[in-house]
Amino acid sequence: MYEFAYHRPASLAEASALLTGNEEARPLAGGHTLLPTLKQRLAQPSDLVDLGGIAELKGIREEAGGITIGAMTTHGAVAHDQTVRRLIPALADLAEGIGDRQVRNRGTLGGSISNNDPAADYPAALVGFGAVVRTTAREIPAEDFFTGMFETALEPGELVREVHFPRPDRAAYAKFPNPASRYAVVGVMVAQRGGEVRVAVTGAGPSVFRWTDAEVALAGNWSPAALDALQVDADGLNSDIHASAEYRANLVKVMAKRAVAQIP
Amino acid sequence: MPTVSMTVNGRPATGEVEGRTLLVQFLRDQLRLTGTHVGCDTSQCGACVVHVDGRSVKSCTILAVQAQGCEVTTIEGLAAADGTLHPMQAAFREHHGLQCGFCTPGMVMSAVELARDNAGLTEAQVREGLEGNLCRCTGYHNIVKAVLAGAEAMQGQRPAAAE
Repeated sequence: MYEFAYHRPASLAEASALLTGNEEARPLAGGHTLLPTLKQRLAQPSDLVDLGGIAELKGIREEAGGITIGAMTTHGAVAHDQTVRRLIPALADLAEGIGDRQVRNRGTLGGSISNNDPAADYPAALVGFGAVVRTTAREIPAEDFFTGMFETALEPGELVREVHFPRPDRAAYAKFPNPASRYAVVGVMVAQRGGEVRVAVTGAGPSVFRWTDAEVALAGNWSPAALDALQVDADGLNSDIHASAEYRANLVKVMAKRAVAQIP
Repeated sequence: MPTVSMTVNGRPATGEVEGRTLLVQFLRDQLRLTGTHVGCDTSQCGACVVHVDGRSVKSCTILAVQAQGCEVTTIEGLAAADGTLHPMQAAFREHHGLQCGFCTPGMVMSAVELARDNAGLTEAQVREGLEGNLCRCTGYHNIVKAVLAGAEAMQGQRPAAAE
């Protein structure tokens, strides 16, 4: 790891001031992507601004029938929170399946979505539930937040404060985890809210996307069989040592069917 | 260089570190607590697991300065002052939950948290709960037996009001 200056601000305003106008500075959340990246000397920030000391970024609360989660809330806290478990159990299940216990004890919601790893789990929840990302500057609908592989709508110096998840009527998440890393080779969140069905896919493409054909099919018939006749186009999907694009395309359908099968 | 202070195994510990100093480096190199091991150094193997404020973390993936003011427990902090092993340590010995022993400190620290969090731990929970700890010797069978036995012993030992 190259040396950097370490800062631990106690407020969001202080953190923003440290990051604004300093393009070489990086915010540090749970650090479970950033620190390994720094160890490999793949990045060389001049300053690390640790968000761990900012109390206003932590916590889970019920809001407008849904749930609002602070950016620095860990995956483990989300997985074991009784309010999340009661209102959106699929979100607790998703958080419980991220990485391993130790990763869940450190990794955060805000860090995960700001990094936008194509194989991260949370983007499927945000897009599947139609969540809103509240930053230090504005509110961004989830679908506009994730803009590409490791890319988001965040401007330099802009930080995620919290994410609001509307409560779906029913939802379930199914993923095919990489057996070593537990990252999603493919993960699919299916969610229904009122008359709207959403099928959000992570791991398969450069960034999370909605499988709209499946949404239409499920809106008419909520059953795994409704997806039987559909095919996912492998064109543009990720292909690597873990899975080819064609294999991922098939997994999208399989995982979507498994998710639907979880909730009659 | 930043000064970092934390409580390690119940005692105050202070040292000068670089911003980039990892917690495991501070524990091993400055405090000489070499029971915590570095296996992969890439957040995967779990040999470096310690407790920070009661939660198990991979100490190769947290900066020493991030543990400022925290309560840290390492494998050296588990046994009683008179050397009596923690029930989880005793169970690993009794059930032959180790061969070379390199992964054992991390296994034990992860297992202690797992047992604290889950009354009536099941084998499936143990196998899932040890997802972040790799052993290259035993094939996990005896480790799982040891964790189940250690968890039961911890339950028996635990006063009703304690954590």
